[in-house]
Amino acid sequence: MTAVTNPTPSPLAPTPPVVQLPRSRAYWAVADCLTIVRRDLIHRVREPAGIVWQLAFPIVSVLLYGYVFGSAMTVPGGGDYQEFLMPGMFVMTMAFGFMNTATAVVSDKAKGVTDRFRSMPMAPSAVVTGRGIADIIGACIDLVILGLCALAIGWSPDDGPVAAVAGFALLLLLRFALLWVGVFLGLLIPSVETAGNLYALVFPLTMISNVFVAPSLMPDWLGAIATWNPLSATVTATRDLFGNPVASGGGWADDHATLLAVGWPLLLTAIFLPLAVRRFQRLSR
Amino acid sequence: MKPSPYAIRAQGLRKRFGRAEALAGFDLEVRAGTVHGLLGPNGAGKTTVVRILTTLLRPDEGHAEVAGFDIVRQARQVRAQIGLTGQYAAVDEVLTGRQNLTMFGRLLHLGAQGAARRADELLERFSLTDAAHKPVKQYSGGMRRRLDLAAGMILAPRVLFLDEPTTGLDPRSRNEVWQAVRSLVAGGTTVLLTTQYLDEADKLAHRIAVIDHGRVVADDTPGELKGAIGGDRVEVVLHDQADVPAATRILVRACGTEPEVDAEERRLHAPVVNRVATLTEVLRTLEDQGIGVADIGLRRPTLDEVFLHLTGRRAEQSAPGGGPAEPAGTDPAGQRTHKESTVA
Ligand SMILES: Nc1ncnc2c1ncn2[C@@H]1O[C@H](COP(=O)(O)OP(=O)(O)OP(=O)(O)O)[C@@H](O)[C@H]1O
Ligand SMILES: [Mg+2]
Repeated sequence: MTAVTNPTPSPLAPTPPVVQLPRSRAYWAVADCLTIVRRDLIHRVREPAGIVWQLAFPIVSVLLYGYVFGSAMTVPGGGDYQEFLMPGMFVMTMAFGFMNTATAVVSDKAKGVTDRFRSMPMAPSAVVTGRGIADIIGACIDLVILGLCALAIGWSPDDGPVAAVAGFALLLLLRFALLWVGVFLGLLIPSVETAGNLYALVFPLTMISNVFVAPSLMPDWLGAIATWNPLSATVTATRDLFGNPVASGGGWADDHATLLAVGWPLLLTAIFLPLAVRRFQRLSR
Repeated sequence: MKPSPYAIRAQGLRKRFGRAEALAGFDLEVRAGTVHGLLGPNGAGKTTVVRILTTLLRPDEGHAEVAGFDIVRQARQVRAQIGLTGQYAAVDEVLTGRQNLTMFGRLLHLGAQGAARRADELLERFSLTDAAHKPVKQYSGGMRRRLDLAAGMILAPRVLFLDEPTTGLDPRSRNEVWQAVRSLVAGGTTVLLTTQYLDEADKLAHRIAVIDHGRVVADDTPGELKGAIGGDRVEVVLHDQADVPAATRILVRACGTEPEVDAEERRLHAPVVNRVATLTEVLRTLEDQGIGVADIGLRRPTLDEVFLHLTGRRAEQSAPGGGPAEPAGTDPAGQRTHKESTVA
């Protein structure tokens, strides 16, 4: 019959005490953040597939539109279509990048990794700051790869190194703003599977913009949306800074593209950073 | 600060999710240095309790202290004292097993060296050394679970929360987990362990709280819990399912109550007062009537029966065909020889 076995008091070595280092809170905020950055970068190295796809898309676009349809595409005000397209591809890469952020955040949440972090005495900010820094580093790598490809097919920034650096800075500023949108959406959506649906959001955002076609060539209402699209501001500003054809429609938005290219990301950050933080805190609801 | 004899104290915890009330006034006291089992069916609220006590969820009402710190106001201090292994493995699938443990060790502020040393100790302890440098994606379910348990034990925490720690493990891995838990307890760790395996609670826990519909319905030592539903039972296993009705009649006559019958397994059991006399009588009558007996004996009630008794439902299946058993009218206390369960 079933015997009642009680806990056997075996001669066990008690687990030795594990020592937590005494350091200040500020120290740990930085150290924890770096631990997370490292982890997120390991992810990037070990799972390059998603990033390769994301980079392949703009590269293929440039080749396709530049060489195949290039002659059929016109740039209002003149200029080479491939030169016109390149800054748009940079911006599109930044825009797609926020999908990575959202996917990583939702995956951590769904797999319980976020909960494990939240049950630890680590600085809570580190989860998000670490993610952010890793994603910006990732964006820099993306831009370097894409930039090298662009140089290889004959694109070049023509307005000098200072303007070129400023152009890349604007691109990273956009990525920084979209980071918070990504964190917020990642915390909002329920599962990794739903994260794919975000393409439905990003795709029109990149298409209804001046990335591929000048808004002046679109129907009026569509052109207006495209002109005021936050991505368009960065595209126009970087075209200007890289000395590529701008195809300005001449409106206020086009005339103040640099202002908007700074303003839009700041506005997005001002909205989505607090939303993301609040959403993170609400995980305990 | 006055040292409290309790590592966990929860009073009147309530939590609702929309309309559903997951916890409806949950109280619990766990003495420092003991293992407390939290036993309940699906949806009873076990995970909710663990999530609240580990600061992942805020209670709507009530309050709780873990290791002397308030789980809401002093969440950070609580987190420095606890380890958690949740119901579902919470490890990074892309990193290797060792990278996981060193990352968590660093985040637990052990420093780079401390984290690496502890990671290797734990990989060894949970037989994961061979797989240490493989990405977790390639781990089997049981390996993942073990890694997750290791992650919960990095700190050798003051209070360890294990939510169904051995679900999905083979017997050997289950043993490793039990050994690891005992070793931590020997070092002074307090453990709150939820489980649906009644034998696990029985083996590991000093006390068991039975939870149902978000409330504790019983909290006692495993021995007392079993005693509460009425002492020993006689159990008969038949050769032939066709004999079940006849055997049932024999048990009714000998024991004075309707036995519990598991026709599928050809198993019947009923509470007994005069243990040996009843057993002898049952066996003789069965033989007289030519009923083939595969096994017969006296045994103490299982926690499954305790559960059935306390909640009117079985713990591991949803409502069985028979409905709740009536408890025996008389409690034959004093006839039982209590084996106190102790750990380490
Ligand atoms: N995040 C949530 N949202 C909505 N309802 C929830 C949530 N978490 C738990 N519940 C509900 O609260 C109740 C208690 O759930 P809990 O997970 O604590 O049960 P459990 O005892 O751990 O069950 P199991 O044995 O299945 O793990 C259930 O009815 C469940 O549906
Ligand atoms: Mg549960």
